[in-house]
Amino acid sequence: MTTNYHISSYCKIENNTLQLNGATVLEMNDVLFPEFIKNASKTIGLEYPKFFKMDNLSKLAFLGAEAILKDNIDLENENDIALVFANKSSSLDTDVKYQDSISDSENYFPSPAVFVYTLPNICVGEISIKHQLKTENAFFVFDDFKPDFMSNYASYLLESGKTQKVLCGWVEYYKNEYKAFVYLVEKSGTIAHDKQNIQTLYNQ
Amino acid sequence: MIANKTIYISDANCVTPLGFDLEANWKALVKGQSGIQFQEKYGNLSSIYASIIEDEKLNESFLKVSNENTFTKLEKMLILALHPIINKNKVTEKSVLILSTTKGNISLLENQELPIEEAQLATLAKKINTFFGFKTEPIVVSNACVSGVLAVSVAKRMIQFGAYENAFVIAGDEISEFVLSGFNSFQAMSSLPCAPYDESRNGVTLGEAAAAVYISSEKPTENAVAIIGDGAINDANHISGPSRTGEGLFKSIESAFKDANISKDKLDYISAHGTATLYNDEMEATAFSRSHIDTVAINSLKGYYGHTLGASGLLEIVIGLQSVYNEELLASKGFKNSGVSIPIAILKENRKKEIKYFLKTASGFGGCNTAILFEKIN
Repeated sequence: MTTNYHISSYCKIENNTLQLNGATVLEMNDVLFPEFIKNASKTIGLEYPKFFKMDNLSKLAFLGAEAILKDNIDLENENDIALVFANKSSSLDTDVKYQDSISDSENYFPSPAVFVYTLPNICVGEISIKHQLKTENAFFVFDDFKPDFMSNYASYLLESGKTQKVLCGWVEYYKNEYKAFVYLVEKSGTIAHDKQNIQTLYNQ
Repeated sequence: MIANKTIYISDANCVTPLGFDLEANWKALVKGQSGIQFQEKYGNLSSIYASIIEDEKLNESFLKVSNENTFTKLEKMLILALHPIINKNKVTEKSVLILSTTKGNISLLENQELPIEEAQLATLAKKINTFFGFKTEPIVVSNACVSGVLAVSVAKRMIQFGAYENAFVIAGDEISEFVLSGFNSFQAMSSLPCAPYDESRNGVTLGEAAAAVYISSEKPTENAVAIIGDGAINDANHISGPSRTGEGLFKSIESAFKDANISKDKLDYISAHGTATLYNDEMEATAFSRSHIDTVAINSLKGYYGHTLGASGLLEIVIGLQSVYNEELLASKGFKNSGVSIPIAILKENRKKEIKYFLKTASGFGGCNTAILFEKIN
C-alpha cells in the first residue's frame, strides 16, 4: 500500500541504550533504569526539573519523545503534533507501589504525588506540557506492539486533517524491564509510514 | 483511506447500581433516583459516599448469562452490559471489541497470592474477547476519565478507515480502595453526595458501572444516532489540574463542530463531565462560553451514578441517547444554585424536549479532553 506520509525520525530506549535514527547516542553497562535515564537526559541536554518528579514510565516516554522533539519543535509557532502512545503494562509498575502504600493499615500513606501516575496517559500529558502540544492525544493498551493499529490510527489523524504530524510511541515499563520506541510521522522523510517499516524499526 | 461513510450507534446498554439493563436505569433516572449511598466503612476509609453495585444482585443476574465462576466483579459487569447487544448484533470476522477502562481489575493487587500480571488491562480485554468469540485482537483505551468517550471516537475513526466493519465498545470501572484512597489523598472527595455546578460542591463522589454500545456503518432502522463530529485535544497545562482557560475542551468542541459542519445554534443538549470539583466545573463553564454554547440545556449525570471513571463517558452517552429517543432531558441532580462564574443553562428539572443534536464532553487527568456530536437519525 502506498502512503503519502513518512517516518521522519525515530528513537529507541532499551537495555541501557539510547538510539536516535539508528545511531547509538548512549550505551551503559550494569545500571538500573533510574541511573540510565538520568544519564540519557544529560546526554540529550535536557534541562527540565519536572523530569525528576516523574515516575519511571513517564520518564521513559518523555525522554523518547524529547530526543525527537527537541529538533522538530518550532518554538515561535504552535506545533500541530498529535500524540498516540501505547504499551502493555499500563501504569502497573506505579500501581504496585501505590498499592503497597495502602495495603498495611499500620503503615498507611497514600500519596497524591504517586497516585497521579497510576494512569498511563499521564506520560502523554507530560510531553504535551513540555512542548505545549494542544493536540489530539490517546493512550492504548495491547498485549504486545501493534504496528497495524498504530499505523491505522496515525494515518486517520493525518488524512482526516485532525493533525499535521503524529508522534507515535510504544512505551513499556514494568519492574526495571523497559522498551521505548518513539517515531515521528509527517509528510517529509524517507522511510514510508507503513506497518512493515514500523515493525522493522521496532525489531531492529 | 478514509471512507466518507456515516457511522452510527444503534444499540446500547448499561449495568449500574440503578439497574442491570437500560430500561431499569431509565425508569430510575426519570424518578430522580441515585445510586449514591452512605458507606460506613470501605477498607481503611470510613464515612464516605459512593455508588456501588451489590455483589449478590450482580451474581444473581450473571447466572442468567453464564454459570462459570471464574470472573471478577468487573468482568461480570462488562459481560452483563454487552450480552444483550451481542444477542442482537452478530460478531463477524471484522468486528472489534474496544474496552475503555482506567484501572480494570486493579483490586486484584489486594490479593498478594495472585500473580500481579492478572491485573493487566489486556488480560481483562482478552477474557471478554474470548467469552464473546471475537476473531480480532481487542483494543484497550486507557486515557483517564475521557476513555469512555474517546473509545467511541476510536471506533468511529477505525471503521471509517476500513480497519473494521463494526465495533462493540464496552466501558467499565469498579470501586476499589485503590481509587477511593487516591482521590481522598487529593482531597478531591465530596463530604456529601456530589453536587455538580452547585455553589456548595466540594468534590467528586465515586461510583462503579459498565456500559456498552454497538457502532457500525450499516444504516439502522430503529432508534439510532450518527456520530457526526469528534475531537480529543490536550490542555498541555497540568497533569492533575484542569486548565483555567478550558483550552483543550474548547478545541475539542470546535474540532467536533468543524467535522459536523453545523452551526452552534442547532445544538439541543450537552451532557457534560461535571465531576463537582471546584476547578473542573469552572473550567467547563469557561470552555462552553468560549464555544458560544453556554445557553444550551446541559446536565451532569454524576449526581445519579457518581464518577465512574473509565465507564463514565460511555455510560453518559448511553443515557444521553435515551434522552434523545424519549425526548426527555434529566435534571442535573444535586444542582440548586449556580456555583460557576459564567452562567450555563443547567437543568434543574426533567424537561420534555425534542433533541436532534447532542454533544457529549469529558475531561480528565493528564490534561485530556474529548467531545463528540451526535445527530438523531430515527
